[in-house]
Amino acid sequence: MTSTTKNFKSAAKTVIKDTEVQSHLKGLYSGFNMARIHEAEATPNWEDLQNRAQAIKFHTIENLDYYLDMAATNVEKAGGQVYFAKDAAAASEYVLKVAKENGVRTVIKGKSMISEEMELNQQLAEKEIEAIETDLGEYLIQLAGQTPYHIIVPAIHMSRGEVAEILSDNLGTPKDATIEEMAGAARDELRDKFVQADMGITGANFLVAETGTLTLVTNEGNGRMSTSMPKTHIAIMGMEKIVPSMEDMGIFLRLLIRSATGQRISSYVTQVTGPRASEEEDGPDEFHLVIVDNGRTKMLADPNLREALNCIRCGACLNACPVYRKVGGHSYGWVYSGPIGAIVSPVLTNVPDAKDLPYASSLCGACKEACPVKINIPRMLLYLRNELTEGNYDPTRKKSSIGEFIAFKGWGLIVKDPVFMRIANWLGRLGQWPLVRAGQLRNLPPPLSAWTRYRTFPRLVKPFRDRWKSNEQ
Amino acid sequence: MSNVTPDRVSLFVTCVVDQFYPEVGEATTAILRKLGIDVEFIESQTCCGQPAFNTGYWKEARPLALKFLDEYGEKPYIVMPSGSCASMVKVFYEELFQNDAETLRRVHDIGPKVYELSEFLADVIGVNNLPASNKSGRKVTYHEACHLRRELGAVTQARSLINTVPGMDIVEMEQAEVCCGFGGTFAVKYPEISGAMLQDKIDNIRDSEADTVVACDSTCLMHIAGGLEKQNVPVECVHLAQLLDEAIE
Repeated sequence: MTSTTKNFKSAAKTVIKDTEVQSHLKGLYSGFNMARIHEAEATPNWEDLQNRAQAIKFHTIENLDYYLDMAATNVEKAGGQVYFAKDAAAASEYVLKVAKENGVRTVIKGKSMISEEMELNQQLAEKEIEAIETDLGEYLIQLAGQTPYHIIVPAIHMSRGEVAEILSDNLGTPKDATIEEMAGAARDELRDKFVQADMGITGANFLVAETGTLTLVTNEGNGRMSTSMPKTHIAIMGMEKIVPSMEDMGIFLRLLIRSATGQRISSYVTQVTGPRASEEEDGPDEFHLVIVDNGRTKMLADPNLREALNCIRCGACLNACPVYRKVGGHSYGWVYSGPIGAIVSPVLTNVPDAKDLPYASSLCGACKEACPVKINIPRMLLYLRNELTEGNYDPTRKKSSIGEFIAFKGWGLIVKDPVFMRIANWLGRLGQWPLVRAGQLRNLPPPLSAWTRYRTFPRLVKPFRDRWKSNEQ
Repeated sequence: MSNVTPDRVSLFVTCVVDQFYPEVGEATTAILRKLGIDVEFIESQTCCGQPAFNTGYWKEARPLALKFLDEYGEKPYIVMPSGSCASMVKVFYEELFQNDAETLRRVHDIGPKVYELSEFLADVIGVNNLPASNKSGRKVTYHEACHLRRELGAVTQARSLINTVPGMDIVEMEQAEVCCGFGGTFAVKYPEISGAMLQDKIDNIRDSEADTVVACDSTCLMHIAGGLEKQNVPVECVHLAQLLDEAIE
């Protein structure tokens, strides 16, 4: 997917002014976020589950080569074919090759974020293969020519009216159709596609290494249809989606589903091991698993970013994030949004272009608190900020903001010495005098106007250190 | 809870309190003294380094961290009226010195000796009743400072201290645990986002119908009070130290 991470600031500003979208985003707090908290509290030993999952994830990622090999071996043993794609282009190429070999004209797709990285729908369209998203949210997004707004609820930003408009334009439903009528129309349309399709493409919530089993979590059953109805099934996954054993699924399904939607179990959990075996009635003739790197080894190689690969894409950090709830998903400019997206999207695309993302956080830690596998997101945001300021991502050593650089250098000189602080305080009190109105600074010049546009600023006063001296004497 | 009640603590007032809110430092000192604890003020103290650290300027933050370690390394009890500065020392110094084993040892050594004020009062001193009263008849709502809650894990301490004051019960606002949008330089780098977050906080404060917002961090209060002031909302922002100092007989 083409990255527009550069435009974060301007995109965010537009979304903040959009009252309609703001009301949807607000609902994430009272909706999914509170549902998650409620279910976490209602689940016995929730924190034990989190700790266990975190340990499994760290272990798996540390030994990823071993588990990827195990997974590939077991998928092949079950009759599937495995392809390791170094990047999005290689993954798309493989999918197109399999499609061509099987004379595929129509593809049904389960929800897959990695296919967004690949822009797979466009790639297929160029070869005149029709690909239809079958998750209702994704289907709406596709009809509207957009990209997912959220990992779990891709069309969260759309109003009922917009949905009615989209479905009216594409399926001919009346513009005043009820929600049931709209869902029914989409269902009818998708049923036909399920029957016609030559190929199903899905993502993967997990791949169990010891059995080679793909696990999909859905609420619409579209995952099951996509994996079982067409003759060929391709599952695409990021290389971090491995879990070692089937036993681990008990832990991860509990955590993932509760954290994503606040449900105890989703309507469907689908597990697929290889293509249809000779004694089985349903299932595809061919099963392909595409395991995609697309920049993930960069994260794996950096001990400070490796933890981002522990993410199980539940979206809880998005719902918990007060920044995401203001700027929405598209502002982030690439596939992954919210706190985890502010790490993953820069690293998988281009960190300097996405420099605004790691800074777009008040470091409040709501993400860390919400994360079912306890990923320390603020720590990685801080690390990326440091890398952007002093480290490897500034190859020309040219400071992105020279003013800020000078400000911090100067500040560093002053605050290292209490005498300098005293002098600065004294000079500041002199200088602020004409600006003080009723004990506050109300309108400061740029760049500090960024503060006074929304708040007043306290005036400098005789410092504690001096008052202490006189009080104690 | 510690078995020994300390008779002397070293106060780190923080740079924001030193420069803008000295009364918070004085209230902190006053409460501790009322509880029979001697307060030491190290005059060379300045800043823990957090503003630079959070913005990515770790080279500028390190000398300040080292300065703090030099000044406070040998002190048995270090008390700060700020969850954020306490987090800087207890949690983030570890990041700052991750490649410096020797300093890291000092960081690990000092961490357990650093206390945010409400933690110190509730967990170390074990304050559970106070000779106090709600003198000004305040209707108090409590804003949870992010670092206090999520880096230090202190959720109950300040609330229980407030509720300890006879006649003072917290009127909980909606989303008390949600960030006010300050976030250090975040507030000026992304004024629109920060301002929108602040607006939610202001709306929730208003809806609570409280007349006083209490928090354990002067930076959150600076941000919230600045927003309330800008919009002429007649709600007062006070630090927990000030609230308790005012209430204690």
